[in-house]
Amino acid sequence: MRSGTFFFAALAVAGLAFESLRLLENEYLFFAGYVVLQYVVLATAWNILGGYTGYVNFGTAAFFALGAYTSVALGKLVALPIPALMLAGGVISGVVGLGMGYLTLRLRGVFFAIATLALAVVVQTLITNWDFVGGSRGAYTVRPAVVPLLGSYVQYLFLVMLALAVIAIAIAHAVEGSRLGYGFATIRDDEAAAEASGVPTLRLKLVATTLSGALMGMAGAPLPYYVTYLDPASGFNLAYAVNSIAMPLIGGMTSWVGPLIGALLLGSVQQVATVSNWFGGHPEVNLLIVGVLLILFVIAAPNGIVGLIGAEARRSGRR
Amino acid sequence: MSAALLQVENLSKRFGGFMALDAINLEVESGARLGLIGPNGSGKSTLVNCLCGTLRNDTGRVRFEGAVMDGLAAHQRTRLGMARSFQLPRPFGSLTVAENLRIPLLYTVNIRRGHHVPRAEIEAREAELLGLVGLAGKAHQRPRDLSQVEMRKLELARAMAAEPKLLIADEAMAGLSHAEVDDILALLRRLNEAGITIILIEHIMRAVMSFSDRLVVLVAGRKIADGRPDDVVRNPEVEKAYLGE
Amino acid sequence: MLWDPQLLLNAIVSGLLLGGFYAAVTVGVSISFGMLDIVNIAHPAFIMLGSYVAFLLNGTFGLDPILSSIIVLPAFFALGALVYQIYYVAFERRGQESLRGLAFFFGLLFISEVGLILVFGVDYRFVEAPYIGPSLHLGFLDFPLRMLIPCAVSLAVLASLQLYLSRTFMGRAIAAVSQDPLALRLMAANPTRVKRIAFALSIATASIAGALLIVIQPVEPSMGRDYIGRVFAICVLGGMGSFPGTLLAAMLLGVIENITSTFYGPSWSPAVAFGFLLLTLAFRPAGILGR
Repeated sequence: MRSGTFFFAALAVAGLAFESLRLLENEYLFFAGYVVLQYVVLATAWNILGGYTGYVNFGTAAFFALGAYTSVALGKLVALPIPALMLAGGVISGVVGLGMGYLTLRLRGVFFAIATLALAVVVQTLITNWDFVGGSRGAYTVRPAVVPLLGSYVQYLFLVMLALAVIAIAIAHAVEGSRLGYGFATIRDDEAAAEASGVPTLRLKLVATTLSGALMGMAGAPLPYYVTYLDPASGFNLAYAVNSIAMPLIGGMTSWVGPLIGALLLGSVQQVATVSNWFGGHPEVNLLIVGVLLILFVIAAPNGIVGLIGAEARRSGRR
Repeated sequence: MSAALLQVENLSKRFGGFMALDAINLEVESGARLGLIGPNGSGKSTLVNCLCGTLRNDTGRVRFEGAVMDGLAAHQRTRLGMARSFQLPRPFGSLTVAENLRIPLLYTVNIRRGHHVPRAEIEAREAELLGLVGLAGKAHQRPRDLSQVEMRKLELARAMAAEPKLLIADEAMAGLSHAEVDDILALLRRLNEAGITIILIEHIMRAVMSFSDRLVVLVAGRKIADGRPDDVVRNPEVEKAYLGE
Repeated sequence: MLWDPQLLLNAIVSGLLLGGFYAAVTVGVSISFGMLDIVNIAHPAFIMLGSYVAFLLNGTFGLDPILSSIIVLPAFFALGALVYQIYYVAFERRGQESLRGLAFFFGLLFISEVGLILVFGVDYRFVEAPYIGPSLHLGFLDFPLRMLIPCAVSLAVLASLQLYLSRTFMGRAIAAVSQDPLALRLMAANPTRVKRIAFALSIATASIAGALLIVIQPVEPSMGRDYIGRVFAICVLGGMGSFPGTLLAAMLLGVIENITSTFYGPSWSPAVAFGFLLLTLAFRPAGILGR
């Protein structure tokens, strides 16, 4: 499917989903749905680097929180609409991704992964010590009184995140079918052979890192307005790193479908678990389950749910 | 005598304490058919890696068409006209056989021409190359479904897809039958007649002897002979160090 | 800002002692990552496990933590062998170590953290031992015993491992296995078995390192994460598999971390190690001693 057609089809599906949700008249659905959509963006963004090129990023939290804190910082200086904040968050996180990549992508993949861990901690420490955005005490954000477009502010945030999710998926889809997508695949398969075939591997990896980081930053930008109180502990929560790896891995890393499935599935399950108080109020059990699933899938079903469906289709096709 | 296409000056490469290549000097003229032989572990593949930029040499210099290659990444050297096949095949596992050939077309030929190669031409070229190496029926299969021999052919085809001026074939014929060896030799001769300089690294002596107009022998990282094949083969040092078939 | 020389010297001393301890923490990764090329980022999780085991034995039986860590060495060794076996069968044998192996160990890392939270809660836990508290005094220099003894134990561990690797057959096989598995086979040693023993050894060191940790300071489950950066920074800076390099890098990091903490506050501490790591990776990936 051509990129343009795909984008409009995705928009249509999203629009339909949004309107259906409005019909249910349950505000909480938008509240929870925002988190799920956020993970759709994070998982898709992670996969552009991790799934397509094979470079693992453990530092999702850094890029995500940078987007959130860019909003906090800008919010103290001037009142900006959310889409503008998203752009700012995307630029900052994209630049950080580019810089990080430039420093570490010449090394082996494992060193890049470890470096992303380091980045997350360094950025968190810097922000925790930056009093302008509240430091460890946190920062309060006041939602604007006038809600643009819709009646409820939460619905507005949901809509914005929905739009971002559509954009992220459209980008992932476009990359997959393009020359860039082929280049990414060769980097994942055999970097030395890719270089020998003329693929500028460093440049492509930098593109992937920047794009991935920027999308994560854009996902983080509305967060202060969603939670209204943001502190480093929640902004840099381990859950972001874990989920952004587990969702593509469980969903399937080779195409845009996997992260979407993984995020919708795991994200919804975690939201339901939290609301239904399945584990007696221990939020960590959420993460425990995600972790166990991650390990099970990485050992037994490396191509994720998409891979399992594909294998099943091939099996029944042969009969 | 035509101008030297490739000049290797005093090239050395160490791995820790181990001297893999020791002050190699080599000149290859445009249009030559160079055979490179030597026992296992003598440094042939290391030399290829240093020429093509996969490895960085410690001392010495590589010149291609007069331009110094130091500091250039492998992909840049490929775009300038050097292509190689890997001794142990390194296909792109998640792509089909045809798509494997598409990569050099998209990333080398594209760039060199300065504009996109049209889709139809890409597909035609893939089919042509697959036909030349005898893989025509396997275009839509994955490399993991190929035999070792077929993977070597794919390696060679992928190197050819980059439309090189210098093609380095690193043990492309290992495991091939007598007839298949002749096919590949004929293919390489045709490429050479069309103007492509070829460096053939092989253990199959009959292939090397019949193909090369010049023979270089590498033993334990040193070049011990360089000249006409008949002369080199009679060189007592070569006989002593490397008993061919 | 005036740096009081007495404060500075004491910071350096305790930094060196801390660094000695860091070497014990890192030596396991020097083996698994430096020699076996297995990116076990879950190593700190095993260390936290060691700390909590020492806490349990100390609380229930009053056992000295370091002693109890030696008693449970075989259990940790067996755990390490089990983990390697899973890693080998699932990833190494199929040649897909990099991304999936990383994800596997990452999963292990935070499953253990969450597991520890669920079992022990987020409060700090500590052990009781006669040497936690008193200090040796040399002039104005303080040598807290709770840091001196772990440092000494750590050096002993490093020295015995170094001896093992250079003097025994299995030890030399371990040193050789990453460089030349074929030659190893020819010497009638199974490379997989050698690697399994080496990895099990690296996890066994975590038992001791964990006990040393809880002697030095109270522990809580999320501390493991801070150690990832330290461990890999030291391992890379120390030149991967080299023990002397590891010790040198560990002490360097310990001193810098301590000075930063003393003069600029402890909230900057985590960034020091990770910043170190980033700088090392960016500018000197071959380590201080080079390769």
